[in-house]
Amino acid sequence: MSASGFTPSAGVPHMDIDPFSIEFFEDPHPAHEVLREAGPVVWFDKWKVYGVARHAEVHAVLNDPLTFCSSRGVGLSDFAKEKAWRPQSIILEADPPEHARTRAVLSRVLSPTVMKQLRGSFVAAAESRVEALLAKGSFDAIADLAEAYPLSVFPDALGLKPEGRENLLPYASLVFNSFGPPNQLRQDAIERSAPHQAYVAEQCQRENLAPGGFGDCIHARADAGDITAAEAPLLVRSLLSAGLDTTVNGIGAAVYCLARFPDQWARLRSDPTLARNAFEEAVRFESPVQTFFRTTTRDVEISGSRIGEGEKILMFLAAANRDPRRWDRPDEYDVTRKTSGHVGYGSGIHMCVGQLVARLEGEAVLSALAKRVSAIEITGPATRRFNNTLRGLESLPVSIKAA
Amino acid sequence: MPTIIFNRPDNRSERVDASAGDSVMQVATTHGVDEIVAECGGNAMCATCHVYVDEGWIARLAPMSEEEDELLHGVAAERLPNSRLSCQIKITPELDGLVVRLPDRQI
Repeated sequence: MSASGFTPSAGVPHMDIDPFSIEFFEDPHPAHEVLREAGPVVWFDKWKVYGVARHAEVHAVLNDPLTFCSSRGVGLSDFAKEKAWRPQSIILEADPPEHARTRAVLSRVLSPTVMKQLRGSFVAAAESRVEALLAKGSFDAIADLAEAYPLSVFPDALGLKPEGRENLLPYASLVFNSFGPPNQLRQDAIERSAPHQAYVAEQCQRENLAPGGFGDCIHARADAGDITAAEAPLLVRSLLSAGLDTTVNGIGAAVYCLARFPDQWARLRSDPTLARNAFEEAVRFESPVQTFFRTTTRDVEISGSRIGEGEKILMFLAAANRDPRRWDRPDEYDVTRKTSGHVGYGSGIHMCVGQLVARLEGEAVLSALAKRVSAIEITGPATRRFNNTLRGLESLPVSIKAA
Repeated sequence: MPTIIFNRPDNRSERVDASAGDSVMQVATTHGVDEIVAECGGNAMCATCHVYVDEGWIARLAPMSEEEDELLHGVAAERLPNSRLSCQIKITPELDGLVVRLPDRQI
């Protein structure tokens, strides 16, 4: 049946779960299990879309970008039928072969070689942040660490002016809410978006980006002829959209894991070189980016379920990251786990282009904590922040002691 | 079934039976060859599955892409003329007996 038919193919189980409801976001794991066990492909009655929640199917959809395209939007909204709420991304919302050109630019700007150059300053900033928090003793691990640390390194690495940075997190939150359905979260975010959009559009211009930063390097690729001068600001916008809130939630997830699981904290403390893997495992375990959509470009069969052309498919990255078909003890946070193959950053040609920045930030923070802090204690209620795509906390009161 | 030989930094050697179609990275990570980290899972993005291909074998591999060449500039251990990313080496029956040396660090 086509997308206009509002019914799924025969044999695909119907789900009356709303994966974008506050109730779902409160504790998605039991619902993820229901989705995984219902079948390789499911149908959501509420939003008239297909879903995949097992690792094999999520991985397969991610790795077939010609059949499961991104150019019709990676949210619920189908750009073939609805105008996008902002000018379409030329990397996230692009398909091969056009995608390769813009992707190559960001891959080069955020390459392993560039990370080697940034490592020293990122590590030093994490160490001084942890020293300052030790002096305080008690603090909010979200505002004072998970947000404060990326805000202290990423905007500078990008080359942003000091003024107006308070727009960055609201803008990112807006972008990730926009991938969801037209629910309250999305509507509220878009209604309040004008000043944040204006700020971001302005900062993407070359004259507002410091020489040598990521943004300036993107514009330099336009000089080299890899992209046009008109494309450069749109690629800078991608870093402003996806480069900050994701790592905030990744670091928040990691600190929340280490505070909840003292045996894993003890393990990390006994070997701080596990810091990078402890962060990676937190990305698997909590999946800061929970979902993305694709749209079918032709009639296709996934694991025996036939899906027509022009259908939206919701991929549950978080559910795939805890699929017992793929992972031993999937619901355990294990800092020594071999995490390679998790889809917390996606997979295939659209896999997070900033993953090396995320890992560098995560490693720097966890390594500084492991070396300088003996104990992390949760001292108040952890409250959740709700977003259509991102999973993370609003607040995590903790106290720490020096080692 | 092609066999791949991994020579570890401490000179221990590991012989692993591989399936044609898999990458050398996949063979390593599914057989406990922990020196291969492969953070990005084989998407040619992270440069943490670096290997040194035995001199006798290097010319028998498919040539590297420009992307792989760029990533190899960022590997943690020293880049040598026989450096490759193991996620980009697809195993074929002709690669039976392939020997790779593992660097002492990937990050």
